[in-house]
Amino acid sequence: MDRAAIIGVGMTRIEGNKKTDTYADMAWEAVNRALEDAGMEMDDIDNVVTTSNDFWDGRTISCMAVGDASGAANKNVSCVEGDGTFGAFYGLTRSLSGSYDTTLVTAHSKGSESVSSLITNAAFDPIYERGLGLDMVSASAMQARAFMHRTGTTQEQLAMVSVKNHGNAMRNPMAQLAFKITVEDVLNSEMIADPLHKLDCSPVSDGCCAVIIANEKKAGKYARKPVWIKGVSFCSDSYHLGDRDLSRSKSLTAAAEKAYAMAGLSNPRKEIGLVELYDAFTYQELMWLEEMGLCGEGEAGKLLAKGAFDADGKFPVNPSGGLLSGHPVIAAGLIRIAEVVKRLRGDENGSGAKIGLAQGTNGLCGQSHCVWILGKDK
Amino acid sequence: MKNTFEGIEPMVYESKISVPYSWWSGDTAGEFLRSLRDDKKLLGRRCGDCARVYIPPRKACPLCFAEMEWAEVSDTGTLLTYTVVLRRLASLPKDPPVIYGLIRLDGADTAILHMIGDIDPAKVKIGMKVRARFSQARKGSITDIEYFAPLSQ
Repeated sequence: MDRAAIIGVGMTRIEGNKKTDTYADMAWEAVNRALEDAGMEMDDIDNVVTTSNDFWDGRTISCMAVGDASGAANKNVSCVEGDGTFGAFYGLTRSLSGSYDTTLVTAHSKGSESVSSLITNAAFDPIYERGLGLDMVSASAMQARAFMHRTGTTQEQLAMVSVKNHGNAMRNPMAQLAFKITVEDVLNSEMIADPLHKLDCSPVSDGCCAVIIANEKKAGKYARKPVWIKGVSFCSDSYHLGDRDLSRSKSLTAAAEKAYAMAGLSNPRKEIGLVELYDAFTYQELMWLEEMGLCGEGEAGKLLAKGAFDADGKFPVNPSGGLLSGHPVIAAGLIRIAEVVKRLRGDENGSGAKIGLAQGTNGLCGQSHCVWILGKDK
Repeated sequence: MKNTFEGIEPMVYESKISVPYSWWSGDTAGEFLRSLRDDKKLLGRRCGDCARVYIPPRKACPLCFAEMEWAEVSDTGTLLTYTVVLRRLASLPKDPPVIYGLIRLDGADTAILHMIGDIDPAKVKIGMKVRARFSQARKGSITDIEYFAPLSQ
């Protein structure tokens, strides 16, 4: 692959209810922060990719209403519907095409303004499934149980993910839910859909993230030292949950293997020094780690209990606090990329990592995944 | 920090997008629903290439991209995973507890989503055998199966 890099990142604070900002206002803030971070002016941006979802925005063709606030006036602006990692993938291909040197990618949502349960229910097949009344939480609870059944992962190990990530968020000024809790607090919190307690679930959140991607020609021309995109891949699994082995994520394994190969990683467990992944629910952190081959099957929970994924350790996982500490859907994966970039640059504690992994997902129970390998060095 | 709302109430615009849809079931789902309603039989589709039997049925094999033919599957199957929903999530069609499961019907290679009933939620187990309980008044919808109940009962 030709080289490209991330040369600026910016995001809003993640909040449960942003009363002062519309979604376009959030984009304005995140874009300005990214431009400031990169030392760029809007005129330095060649094209824009926005990432959004009409249902969460409550507006059809909603991407058309965010371009102005993203500085897209008189520029080529395009939109991706899905997680921000997929928007960034499209942005990357635009910079690599050579038609545009620099691409601004934004992703936003305001979960506080609608009813997520009804929106995710509408993701199910209308004829065969929707009327049953499942949503993202109940479907994920079935996946959590399937994963726990196959691997022997325990409810306590799931709870430890919540304890770690909410604790990590105490060092992240952008996080929504930063607090010190215990395993008992998680286990005693409301059981929403067995085996998922309230504190096993990420909150409803508002937020926006912006990332600036440049090809090699322009990557070194601005203020920040570029963070290089070493490998990236996405793969998708079957739509119907019953077509898949729900305890596994075949598409994540495939995406990770392709991204490692592109980045030339022969031993990703050793070479990767930092992971920000899509922990919409506690079990997902453990399951995604295993399915990406970053630890053995059924080992993630045990390693977590030993502190192997702690923020100050050799292999920090979600040192930002992850999505359990704030989950604006759509923006979520782009925030994972931005958090890895900040840590590889050393703006935030990254435990000295040189290579980081960011992962995003789209669809019910991780139907598709996008994996990014980012490097401090070219 | 901004103090935009100090002493005043934030303004909220209440609205909704309300659009009725009429989805044609099409040949495949149409025949599945007709069979459910009229014959109380569950129809899957077998791939001409890989021989896997898919339910819910669709026209072409999602893996081989090949044509499929009808294959009846049993109304009994195995519970692969489940959840007991306890919070009144907005999507629920009735008050909790509601048990959802993925059921692999005998004769099928894929599983279908449905509700589990006639059982104490604490007694549900992965691997248990279940049987479809058909509704008395069937209308040609997935809820013509009321739920799946433990096979022993």
